[in-house]
Amino acid sequence: MTWKLFSLLLEASLMTIFVSTVSILLGLVMAIILSGLRMSGNRVAYAGAGVFISFFRGVPLLVQLLLIFNLLPVIGITLPSLATAIIGLSLCTAAYQAENLRGGFEGVAPGLIESAEMAGFTKVQSFIWIRTPIALRVTFPALVNEAILILKASSLVSVVGLIELTKMAQNLSASTYQPLPIFASAGLIYLAINLVVAWIGRRAENALPGLPSR
Amino acid sequence: MSDPAIKVSHVSKQFGDTQVLRDISLEVAPGTVSCLIGPSGSGKSTLLRCMAFLEQATSGNIHIEGEPLGFTDGPGRKRQSPAELRRVRSKIGMVFQQFNLWPHMTALGNVSLALRRVRGMGRAEAEERAMKQLDKVGLKERAHHYPAQLSGGQQQRVAIARALALDPTIMFFDEPTSALDPELTGEVLSVMRELAAEGMTMVVVTHEIGFAASVGNRIAFLDGGRLLFHDTPEVVFAAPREPRLEQFLDTYLDRGAAMLK
Repeated sequence: MTWKLFSLLLEASLMTIFVSTVSILLGLVMAIILSGLRMSGNRVAYAGAGVFISFFRGVPLLVQLLLIFNLLPVIGITLPSLATAIIGLSLCTAAYQAENLRGGFEGVAPGLIESAEMAGFTKVQSFIWIRTPIALRVTFPALVNEAILILKASSLVSVVGLIELTKMAQNLSASTYQPLPIFASAGLIYLAINLVVAWIGRRAENALPGLPSR
Repeated sequence: MSDPAIKVSHVSKQFGDTQVLRDISLEVAPGTVSCLIGPSGSGKSTLLRCMAFLEQATSGNIHIEGEPLGFTDGPGRKRQSPAELRRVRSKIGMVFQQFNLWPHMTALGNVSLALRRVRGMGRAEAEERAMKQLDKVGLKERAHHYPAQLSGGQQQRVAIARALALDPTIMFFDEPTSALDPELTGEVLSVMRELAAEGMTMVVVTHEIGFAASVGNRIAFLDGGRLLFHDTPEVVFAAPREPRLEQFLDTYLDRGAAMLK
């Protein structure tokens, strides 16, 4: 195990971080939209969001990735593996994050919505300015947890041909015949990234203003 | 004669099998303070919430400055469009028992948010106006505190400032001091006294009989969902011939009712 090999792993871990970060943020936006659809009072929107969430929570991520990878070309869309990976990961995490957010949205006291209503907010305005920020604060620890899960799950995107940390480790171990030190190093890099994520998460949690300490 | 600020016509409200309000009609003249009193469960909060259309009356109508609120006038009871409801309701400012400040925003944020997002003001203008309102309730120096960092009395004053910032012509107070320690009640009541002195039309659901007697122009006494009295404090308090009212007031003797004429 040389520095040269290790630096290749480190370089590949940047791709892991990039793919995960983009997917988590995209997934968060989608999760908020899904929550809005579920609370819109429109039956079709409610059912659609429900089906989406059930599907992406119920089907293994690996299968989803392979489906997207093999399905899109059939309907004439060829995407680079980076885009395929991000789509797969973000759709999956959107479903989980929507479920996380649900508890947060349900916990928003009805009185807070009534005071928004009396202040002249439309339903959509109170969703954007009152419900969502409060739900995000309450469920922030779950978001950090999901970020860690996605960082680890991103190892699966190697199946769509993206060279990230796990794929690089596989390639290197195949060419050097040193699987043990290489995979041990990859594992340590994942661990280090996630420790940092957890640390940042805790710091951010304490810095969030006005979390009701009930 | 000009329209009453608020006109309640034959309002009844049922929750399942429970009749909470029974055929209530009353009018509130502009610039007056009406206090709704009565034992708990008498329906006074429900009546106020119906008057703000936070609760839908099962039958009957509410008019705000001559315009229907919630349901359109005319035959058949049709819901107003959300935009029309918001327009008529914008004349009303509401203060809740539980303050209902948005916990993720500072006092200033709470007061300025609707100015920015509903009224479309720029940040600077909205915050300047919000500051004026906070100053009015004596909380200018707490503008950058979050609700969790404020006492109950301060939170309620912020809530009053938030409602006033939108320039309502009518203010509703739903038991504004019931969640407060007795020593914090005074600061909220004095803000409300000032507001009444400025000529704001107010409807106050309260247990503060002393406040009702000294500030109220009209006292409405509810019991079992019925409006038993709606008259001046002199008439209501001086000669409570109605046994239910007498009994109710007796329970308040130790809380200042003795001071009444």
